[in-house]
Amino acid sequence: MERKDWPLWEVFVRSKAGLSHKHAGSLHAPDAEMAISNARDVYTRRSEGVSIWVVESNQIHSTLETDTESMFDPNEDKIYRHPTFYDIPDEVGHM
Amino acid sequence: MEKKQALFNYLLRLGDNSAILGHKLSEWCGHGPELEEDIAIINTALDLLGHGRSIYTYAGEAEGKGRTEDDLAFLRIERDYRNALICELPNGHYGDTIARQYLFDQFNYLLFTELEKSTDETVAAIAAKAIKEIRYHLRRSIEWTLRLGDGTEESHNKIQESFNNLWPYTGDLFVEDESDALIIADGIGPELKAIQPIWREKVKATLADATLTIPEDGWMHSGSKQGRHTEHMGHILSELQYMQRTYPGCEW
Repeated sequence: MERKDWPLWEVFVRSKAGLSHKHAGSLHAPDAEMAISNARDVYTRRSEGVSIWVVESNQIHSTLETDTESMFDPNEDKIYRHPTFYDIPDEVGHM
Repeated sequence: MEKKQALFNYLLRLGDNSAILGHKLSEWCGHGPELEEDIAIINTALDLLGHGRSIYTYAGEAEGKGRTEDDLAFLRIERDYRNALICELPNGHYGDTIARQYLFDQFNYLLFTELEKSTDETVAAIAAKAIKEIRYHLRRSIEWTLRLGDGTEESHNKIQESFNNLWPYTGDLFVEDESDALIIADGIGPELKAIQPIWREKVKATLADATLTIPEDGWMHSGSKQGRHTEHMGHILSELQYMQRTYPGCEW
């Protein structure tokens, strides 16, 4: 018999209201509904979350490892892009 | 019959349903059809064992003879277990397990929804906690019923056969006896006869959504409330009770 594997899904879990969803891991499921259900059982059984997003892994577009140098390295010597040269009055507190 | 005895009987039935079905599901541990499904079904098994534990603890208190949850779970003879027959049936293939689970979840959901309103505060509190998990069990077993029923021709035929085979065990869920009469009269639990038509409508609708046919009502097995079990029960207990029988009082 032909055996078709279930597609892979990426799971994002919001740990509490107000925080953004963070990548928790991946899993296999036949469709989105079951992916959410499986994510609940695999990633939130120890009270890790209050909301779950799933997205089929092949729907994620990503940078390539071979592009890392051209994509990210040029930023390393441009420290002036960081707003660390301003004096911030104490009254402002954390920004 | 004394009310105390009726409450004890009633609690044993509830507790045994959860504990025995939970034990059957636990047999899937490490054998689930997919890793994710293995985790999910074992979560359900643990939920049910949890319900069994709190109900047994209260049953022991209601009986007043100092029996603990472990005494009730591990040290009774077969005839003293009062779980519905459907809970002790073999796991079979995964479609069999899902069909058994759906038929039971649908019943358990309707029952515990009513138990939340129980005049017995402890029963109401146990039900209020358990119903959240039972609602999820029901959701999951419905989702799987839909997918297997409305899946391939093979999965459709297999799960239809599972429902057909399990059907004669469903009447046993709704049998009422003397203990039930006292429980119902005191508002501790609902009339099972009132739940039955609602259960049937829900099952019929789910099966229709899954392109399946509800089996015809024919001769039904019964006897669980008198402790008359199927041939499968002894095998379950020989495994379930092994440690306590071999090493009495053993703890870990």
